[in-house]
Amino acid sequence: MKETIEIIGQIFLLMGSFSLLTAAIGLLRMPDVYNRVQTGTKASTLGAIMSFIGLALMAFENWGEINWVGRFAVLVVFILLTNPVSSHVLMRAAYAMKIPLSKLTSVDKLREDINNKIVEEPKDE
Amino acid sequence: MDNIVFYISIAMLMVTLLAGLIRFIKGPSVVDRVVAFDSMTVTSLVMIGVIAFLSNRAIYLDVAVVYGFLSFLGVIIVAKYIQGGL
Repeated sequence: MKETIEIIGQIFLLMGSFSLLTAAIGLLRMPDVYNRVQTGTKASTLGAIMSFIGLALMAFENWGEINWVGRFAVLVVFILLTNPVSSHVLMRAAYAMKIPLSKLTSVDKLREDINNKIVEEPKDE
Repeated sequence: MDNIVFYISIAMLMVTLLAGLIRFIKGPSVVDRVVAFDSMTVTSLVMIGVIAFLSNRAIYLDVAVVYGFLSFLGVIIVAKYIQGGL
């Protein structure tokens, strides 16, 4: 039973590290600012959460102390709250700076909504 | 057996930091640099967690929490400054 929990924690840690690695590869290879923001924050959120879950499982299995698990839980909740907010604010700032979209982009829902006067355009004051 | 897992994980995290650094240096706009900085910060948080587990000190995780909060604040402030609201 103890070895099972430890092996599950190690698998979680490896999968989280691999997800962070794919986030960095996407950060290098994506053609556009918006794609880079999306892949850089989404995949790194998943990778960090999986790594912390794996480390918490291993720590709880090794020492059986609850303060490790509590601190990892605080980190997971914190990343889950702050990372989407920062990506949203950055994306909006990039749209307000009028950084051009990639040529491969075919749908721009925010531009359609601005043309239909549903939302206001984010201003670069 | 378990040391191999930590070695592989730390190697992946180092490659991640290197790729983020490349994007940070050659990013064409400011937003690229801020995103690379954010990704490097999250990677550093995971690395701090691994190091705290390996050296058996729970106090390092408090450092990780404060570091993540400061990074979040920095990203928000830079984005607000780009948008002109500051």
